[in-house]
Amino acid sequence: MPGFGTNGPSVAVARRAGSRRRERFIQQLFLLPAVAYILIFFGYPVVKNVVMGFQNYSMKSFFTGKAPWVGLQNYESVVSSPIFSSALINTIVFTICSIAGQFVIGLAIALYFRKRFPLNDLLRSLILLPWLLPLIVSSAIWRWLLDQDNGALNRILELLLLADRPGWLTTTSLSLVACILVNIWIGIPFNVAILYSGLQEIPEELYEAGQLDGATGWTAFRWITWPLMRPVVSVVLMLGVIYTLKVMDLILGLTGGGPANSSQTLATQSYHLSFVQFQFGQGAAMANILVAISLIFALLYLYINKFAGKS
Amino acid sequence: MTKEYLKSRSSFLAVLALALPLATVVSMPTGAAASDVKSIRVLDYYNDSPDREIYGDMLNACADTLGVTVNREVVPGNTLIAKILQQGASRTLPDLLMIDNPDLQQIASTGALVPLTDLGLSGDGYLPQVIAASTYEGKLYGLQPITNTIALFYNVDVLKEAGVTPPTTWAELRDAAKKLTTGKRYGLAFSAPANYEGTWQFLPFMWSNGGDEKNLATPEVAGAIQFWVDLVTDGSVSRSVLNWAQSDVNDQFRKGNAAMMVNGPWQIPVLNSDPSLHYAVVSIPTPEAGGKSIAPLGGETWAVPNTGNEATEQIAAKMIACLNSDANQVKLGVLRQTVPTKTSAAVLDEYLKQAPSMKTFAEMVQTARARTAELGNDWPEAATAIYTAVQLALTGEASPTDALKQVQQ
Repeated sequence: MPGFGTNGPSVAVARRAGSRRRERFIQQLFLLPAVAYILIFFGYPVVKNVVMGFQNYSMKSFFTGKAPWVGLQNYESVVSSPIFSSALINTIVFTICSIAGQFVIGLAIALYFRKRFPLNDLLRSLILLPWLLPLIVSSAIWRWLLDQDNGALNRILELLLLADRPGWLTTTSLSLVACILVNIWIGIPFNVAILYSGLQEIPEELYEAGQLDGATGWTAFRWITWPLMRPVVSVVLMLGVIYTLKVMDLILGLTGGGPANSSQTLATQSYHLSFVQFQFGQGAAMANILVAISLIFALLYLYINKFAGKS
Repeated sequence: MTKEYLKSRSSFLAVLALALPLATVVSMPTGAAASDVKSIRVLDYYNDSPDREIYGDMLNACADTLGVTVNREVVPGNTLIAKILQQGASRTLPDLLMIDNPDLQQIASTGALVPLTDLGLSGDGYLPQVIAASTYEGKLYGLQPITNTIALFYNVDVLKEAGVTPPTTWAELRDAAKKLTTGKRYGLAFSAPANYEGTWQFLPFMWSNGGDEKNLATPEVAGAIQFWVDLVTDGSVSRSVLNWAQSDVNDQFRKGNAAMMVNGPWQIPVLNSDPSLHYAVVSIPTPEAGGKSIAPLGGETWAVPNTGNEATEQIAAKMIACLNSDANQVKLGVLRQTVPTKTSAAVLDEYLKQAPSMKTFAEMVQTARARTAELGNDWPEAATAIYTAVQLALTGEASPTDALKQVQQ
């Protein structure tokens, strides 16, 4: 298209360049809400939390706005506290066991739902239920189910003469196990939903072709399903790890980190320091350690995602 | 047309609602005369019925006599501190603030509250231990109209049937609990979870045995823990107490799964809702006969935040005086199964005349102690150490003495 008016070509070119610049400016303007959102709601809290970790941030700081700089002192006292090492181990055990359980059971259920059978759709939507319940409700219900004397689980075990009423939430050796079991129950729907949609993406022809070559059952899973599911699996596992590391409300609802700190994790301990003991600086330090661990997995996820996108 | 009108109207209201708080912040009057104050902002956590209405009515009645209206905000109990911190940071604290008594010194230490003595109030005529909880560095920051504590509830029918009289000493309690345990029923229930509720329930045993929060690694505190451990190892108390809140303990007692329980008067309405349940209340047994039963003091105190507006601060102080009038202390006590905090015989007599069933609690309050009286700001740390030590011992992770040494570090 030639120039807009009668001013000749050079003016038209200049104008076009101007309008292009304006267009780019407007395009960038569209980014502004997103950038502002990220800066305000992600950037500021993260920076604030990092700074808080280096300050003696007490209740007083909220009112006076003053929080003396204490360097690494918060990190020192958090890491040297006797609870830290057990909380760290608990966090690792909780995360690994939860993810393993959620993933294996989730994958098995997803594979099962690939088969056609009556009520498949209904059952598949019902399985999402644990995900839809607020965590506070789930943990309250599980607290009843797992009660030592009158809980449903122990009643069933007793009827089957399997065990002598174990104290799921009141024994130091079982409390973390109970938290893991409930967390697996909560995580299964997420795994089923994502893995099932991943399975839907695999073309049926591949299985037909595989069948001609004698690849059925386990062999078909090993050589067709698994390789094609790898990108989805990596996403599920990475997100699962990040979600599980920060689980707090569930444990607080079930055991409160007890008995005797046996189910305390980095997340629950961070909550305790900040909102029960009002030592916000130490709580922030603990939270920052947790964020750093999550960050490693988040970067790993981005890397794998990029890799998967290329292949 | 009407629809369109409503739509534009509601969006206008939304904008107004957003703009209003801003306007109040900007045009905050300072140093205005008391008569200029039209309304005062109140923050509390009585968000359940009937407490919500009981306090709502009383606040309104008090405000009426002062010629102001009440602008009340009620938040759930566990969010109050966060709310106060947020309001403190944004300089939007209310004019009148309710605080759980063990939290008052924390808040006062920040400088967010006005000493009540500066506003013409005094703690004279109140139980000194109640005043201790509301005092920080020698200055009075809150006044608490009513208080409560915990005692031993027992099922009258069950004890009669087993031929057991209500225990008064630890030895009697242990014996009674053993005798009352049969089949599904435990002799006693208390609450020992991994939070402050566990500490609160343990304190009567620790204090009555001569233990003190200033130094936990003592034979007195260890002895009290050992007593709880004995009750559990006897089988008279369920191991589940490690995860029971006080409301769970009450449920167990109500269902007949426990013959006795340690609990507070706020459970009375729930217990009374079951006419087939006959219960009575006695003081928590002491280690030796004739000993003093020392229980912790509960309840909430009322304070005036430092808003910089003298006129509303004066009105807020008058509101506190009104909530604490003799008549209102009795009224709140009767309506809420709590005990007035004034020492005057007239108040106590009138109260017990109207609420004779509260006699045990009224007696226990006279000898009770405030949790923060000794340690003040350092109480949260000690409270955490106490419930952790109790849990370590009850789970068998450590002996009471070792558990206390561990948490004392």
